[in-house]
Amino acid sequence: MLPHLFRVHQVHRETVDTFTLQLDPVDERGAVSFVPGQFNMLYLPGAGEVPISVSGDPAQAKHLTHTIRSVGAVTKVMDKLKRGDLLAVRGPFGTHWPVEEAEGNDIVIIAGGLGLAPLRPAFYQVLSDREKYNKVVLLYGARTPQDLLYRHELERWRGLLDVQVEVTVDSPVGGWHGDVGVITTLIPRGHFDPARTVALVCGPEIMMRYTVMELEKREVSQNKIFVSIERNMKCATGFCGHCQLGPIFICKDGPIFRFDLVKDWLGKRDI
Amino acid sequence: MVNLLLENGDLVVIEQSDFQQLLDVLAERTYQVVGPTIRDSAIIYDEMTSYTKLPIGWTDVQGKGTYRLKRREDDALFGYTVGPHSWKKYLHPPVSYLWRTNTTADGFQVTTAIEEPPKLAFIGVRACELQAIAAQDQVFLQGRFVDADYKARRENIFVVAVNCVQAGGTCFCASLKTGPKATSGFDLALTEVLTGTNHYFLVEIGSSAGADVMQAVTHQPASPAQIEAAEALVEATTQQMGRTLEPLDLKELLYNSYEHPQWDELGERCLGCGSCTMVCPTCFCTTTHDTIDVTGETTAHSKKWDSCFTMTFSYIHGGNVRTPLRSRYRQWLMHKFATWLDQFGRSGCVGCGRCITWCPAYIDITEEIRAIQESTNKQEEKIGGKL
Amino acid sequence: MENFEQLLAAHSFFKGIDAKYISRLAEQATPVSFKAGEYIFHQSEKARQFYLLNEGKVAVEVPTLVHGSITIQTTGQNEILGWSWLFPPYTWHFDARAMEATNALVFDGEWLRGQCEEDHELGYAFMKRISETVVNRLQATRLQLLDVYGIHF
Repeated sequence: MLPHLFRVHQVHRETVDTFTLQLDPVDERGAVSFVPGQFNMLYLPGAGEVPISVSGDPAQAKHLTHTIRSVGAVTKVMDKLKRGDLLAVRGPFGTHWPVEEAEGNDIVIIAGGLGLAPLRPAFYQVLSDREKYNKVVLLYGARTPQDLLYRHELERWRGLLDVQVEVTVDSPVGGWHGDVGVITTLIPRGHFDPARTVALVCGPEIMMRYTVMELEKREVSQNKIFVSIERNMKCATGFCGHCQLGPIFICKDGPIFRFDLVKDWLGKRDI
Repeated sequence: MVNLLLENGDLVVIEQSDFQQLLDVLAERTYQVVGPTIRDSAIIYDEMTSYTKLPIGWTDVQGKGTYRLKRREDDALFGYTVGPHSWKKYLHPPVSYLWRTNTTADGFQVTTAIEEPPKLAFIGVRACELQAIAAQDQVFLQGRFVDADYKARRENIFVVAVNCVQAGGTCFCASLKTGPKATSGFDLALTEVLTGTNHYFLVEIGSSAGADVMQAVTHQPASPAQIEAAEALVEATTQQMGRTLEPLDLKELLYNSYEHPQWDELGERCLGCGSCTMVCPTCFCTTTHDTIDVTGETTAHSKKWDSCFTMTFSYIHGGNVRTPLRSRYRQWLMHKFATWLDQFGRSGCVGCGRCITWCPAYIDITEEIRAIQESTNKQEEKIGGKL
Repeated sequence: MENFEQLLAAHSFFKGIDAKYISRLAEQATPVSFKAGEYIFHQSEKARQFYLLNEGKVAVEVPTLVHGSITIQTTGQNEILGWSWLFPPYTWHFDARAMEATNALVFDGEWLRGQCEEDHELGYAFMKRISETVVNRLQATRLQLLDVYGIHF
């Protein structure tokens, strides 16, 4: 499966090490459509290929949007991309957030750090179909205010009357006037009815584990909680073997999983 | 020669003296013949046009961490078992290029690097290896995604299987029911019979392509006595096999043994070299590499066999998931005997014994699994005693 | 008074407590309001108040030499504020500042301590709830220390 060419339309710096690329397909082979939660393999010649979640609005069909943290050999090269540069893309791959399946329920989106990126498409979809949901809650935690993604959008979302948006940081350096405390402290404050709640959770695994515990304290059942799991990935098609978590291939069985179906594997050491 | 058309399932006999014809007929049909031959004191797989390149009159002596070639007292063509190579080197090559890029005026372009695969005839594929090919078929062909390169290679082969008439020193296929007799997945399956002055091959036709090839090779219908002699040899192989591995309830047992002390013990002994994964005929993991030519104009994206024993195999930003060796050994063994069953509905082990022979630390998976099985049985007894 | 009883019964902190305690506590509850930015208490002052927050948001802060006040935690609706009145030397460890208009019911800590000593059943019910809050905050603090959004998890 060959990657298709995309041209960088815009680079937006989110935080000191994170940036969002808006990409335009060079020809009709490059697909921009995806379902929230899916990922693409992004490729730069000579650097390599990395799996990155799509972070844009699934309803707009013009650009492909990816938010990338510059932490590895490949993403550090991607950090140097400018408008007009080329990038190659394979995908989209993987399972999706149960956004449509959750219609009629309360929907609680809980993101930690970079975890907001794969959840943003789900939130966009919920907002555009707002009337199909009961209560809508977005809880977001980051280390510092400077680590928050999509700050302008967050502000806009916080102004919406029919959505509860809570943001907290661990360490409030630099004129932060919002909540302080880890993401789990926001869960008791969420205005949702646990009996009819579907929760979508994304962040580092440790954050997701404790978030699920807190959701359970509020009696949200594990089969209504969905998580996105990350592992080393080379092919995205189940061939390279890298992304195995027990019997699970994260690339083709995931990355989005119903929590009760993966919890036994997430709890094991060095697996 | 009786000129009846051969069919699937037919049994015929070819004399050793006519064996070269088989290779010639395959060559006529534009197959490149590959089979076992001796190199660097081991039996490996390589191209051949003459059957004399086979390790005629040689056998291998295998044990934990040992492999030696030894002269036989006869001139058997297939009087040995499996060596360090497996057929995956042809179907799932150690290195293959996926795509290349070259610089253009406004960026770069991507072109496929996948080449037309060679048309290969495999000579001397053992029952366990047929099972291994079937296992890799599931990985690359029977899931949601199909590996086009593997598919093209796989569709371009002719398989001459050989039933084992002697057990190798580390084999345990009989207990896994993956050998020593080839039951499917071949075009032709041979059983070599060598008694006194008789030296012939009982040939089972496994496909129409096999029938077509055999039609062109001098052969006779097999007599009941010849069939019986061949069957007896294969049966004797089963009896000879020294190693066993009990697969019953193994998956459940292992799933309940993630924190078994045996893993700590293995973590102490295992060197993390990954030899077992390289010689394993079912191991399929790969990593990718990007290379740039010296001008910086073209790059190549390749995949290369990888091993779950390497530290970086499980690397995600920030670190490796499986840092202790115990966890890497556990991943490998769990995959073969537990998670593989959930992924593909079969075991990831075919009982070929290569990982035992080629382990420099003398680790024998059959012993390790038995240790876990026995300790668990003992625990159950203890609990039973208390109640 | 009935209004306070309703507020107490509806507050997460008192969830499941015996109704007889609700009315006893309601008698001693005093409503208080704080404007945004107003300090509720300061560190090293005598700690005598137990706040049951009904509305608004409060920052627990620590004043520093050169960085101004650093918020270490925020608390709000359905949560409590202040437990230093429970243990000697009954001194606030941190500052508390209303981040927005905040309404609470306040109790005299000394009176509460006395009630808990006198009636151990109430004392046990009260301490159970306090310790649950403390455990929750300790767990949250541990996670905060871990930097769970970092690249190492």
